[in-house]
Amino acid sequence: MLNAHGKDVHQCDSGWVPVYVDQEKSISLMSIGFLLERPDDAVVWRGPKKNALIKQFVGDVSWGDLDFLIVDTPPGTSDEHISTVDALRPFNPMGAVVVTTPQAVSVGDVRRELTFCKKMGLPVVGVVENMSGFVCPHCTECTNVFSKGGGEELARHAGVPFLGCVPLDPLLTQSLEQGKNFIQEFPKSSAYSSITSIAQQILDSATQGS
Amino acid sequence: MADVPENAPQHCPGTGSSDAGKSSACEGCPNQTLCAAAAGPDPAIEEIKEKMSSVKHKILVLSGKGGVGKSTFSAHLAHGLAEDEGKQIALLDVDICGPSIPRIMGLEGEQVHQSGSGWSPVYVEDNLAVMSVGFLLGSPDDAVIWRGPKKSGMIKQFLRDVDWGDVDYLIVDTPPGTSDEHLSVVQYLSAAHIDGAVIITTPQEVSLQDVRKEINFCRKVKLPIIGVVENMSGFICPKCKNESQIFPPTTGGAKKMCSDLKIPLLGRVPLDPNIGKSCDAGKSFFTEIPDSPATLSYRTIIQKIQEFCSLRQS
Ligand SMILES: Nc1ncnc2c1ncn2[C@@H]1O[C@H](COP(=O)(O)OP(=O)(O)OP(=O)(O)O)[C@@H](O)[C@H]1O
Ligand code: SF4
Ligand SMILES: [Mg+2]
Ligand SMILES: [Zn+2]
Repeated sequence: MLNAHGKDVHQCDSGWVPVYVDQEKSISLMSIGFLLERPDDAVVWRGPKKNALIKQFVGDVSWGDLDFLIVDTPPGTSDEHISTVDALRPFNPMGAVVVTTPQAVSVGDVRRELTFCKKMGLPVVGVVENMSGFVCPHCTECTNVFSKGGGEELARHAGVPFLGCVPLDPLLTQSLEQGKNFIQEFPKSSAYSSITSIAQQILDSATQGS
Repeated sequence: MADVPENAPQHCPGTGSSDAGKSSACEGCPNQTLCAAAAGPDPAIEEIKEKMSSVKHKILVLSGKGGVGKSTFSAHLAHGLAEDEGKQIALLDVDICGPSIPRIMGLEGEQVHQSGSGWSPVYVEDNLAVMSVGFLLGSPDDAVIWRGPKKSGMIKQFLRDVDWGDVDYLIVDTPPGTSDEHLSVVQYLSAAHIDGAVIITTPQEVSLQDVRKEINFCRKVKLPIIGVVENMSGFICPKCKNESQIFPPTTGGAKKMCSDLKIPLLGRVPLDPNIGKSCDAGKSFFTEIPDSPATLSYRTIIQKIQEFCSLRQS
């Protein structure tokens, strides 16, 4: 998605060197995708092996000085999630941003995710509702393809902040898939203003927290 | 030690040991299936084979990415097949951490009962039985915070201890990816014979990329592929009736991938907001919107799956 496929991770004295997205090295990445020989290789691993890799990603990557470390996780409440929270616990993670789509089927899973956060003692920064609304490029009618409002209702129900809705933007998907520059393309997207506002709220709660 | 393969984890008991493939070090080792087989199979595999002798066809529903519509598809495959009242259908949800089948089937809040011969599933209709970890939870907020081995134990119980009775089709809905749940289902059903897997994807490359991994998984574990379903393929604006690609097939979509990899494309299902609504309400959209393009496309796909299975029978 960040046009970084095919890049390799190198080893240095202080560990694995992450992959950089931009010249200024303001965004660094680490993913198992960089460790596979072929992009189609399936990683058929059971939990313990995944757990070991997650520990390495936290401990053995030479991240350097970072302001924020963002961890993208698979769906669910299992090995990857338990291990990530365990590995990051000594560093006092700021918390979890929980992403849902608006419909009840998705919100149902996210309710369980919030319970997971509570049980693991992980603060919830807030809930984001993604893919809410699609504006028809032909007639500008907005359709709620996956219904609407589930995220906000969930946040209210759980007593956690609601960070905002992000619309579906096929043009963004398309430009990213064609390997265009994310940093250049993203500001043109209709999702940009909502994501910037969500990012600002996260920054605000980070400064309040510290 | 001579019998510790190069790719084995640190505490490998040795492939010749009676613990081979079974010790805690073996969890996650790439050789586990082989080692366990050499050391004698898990007795559950035989028991499950016995249990499954009354189940004619077994179909797995897989995807690489999450949220592409596996559960929706599994549920409607079950509804579709169950329209033939002479057939018994069972739907098993092995998504242990994100069970959405109870909601989609309109069974939220139902509980499983213990019967003489095991757990009895929950029935939507006389000929449609459902089992999910969701039926074992106390509240919709309950999280199942389990690591792999515990999830595998649950799956073993679902396959061995549920009182399915005589079944024509057992449909297994899975979580996304290729991990514990998938390995366990394939392993536990290895002696019972699975007809094959249906792989669900959305049209964009980010999703297809993961489908290729899923296909490699199937090949690795020798699971036949019935075909691929492209879901959320195009959206018809309810106002102006023009089509838009919400998830654009920038690399040719599932069609190109299937022809490249020589696997059947079973069909495409358009994005239809009514599908989401029916699922949220726990109803079949076949009855809610019987003549929508999505319903027709689902029906064609289901027919192809039936044909695939009947060929395997003879
Ligand atoms: N063709 C479609 N048109 C519109 N909505 C759809 C379509 N297919 C699925 N959906 C909706 O998309 C959402 C995700 O579907 P579903 O839960 O079936 O995905 P899944 O692959 O099972 O997800 P998970 O990976 O979390 O198990 C659901 O709300 C469902 O109603
Ligand atoms: S499965 Fe167990 S015994 Fe076999 S190689 Fe791996 S660790 Fe060793
Ligand atoms: Mg699902
Ligand atoms: Zn329109």
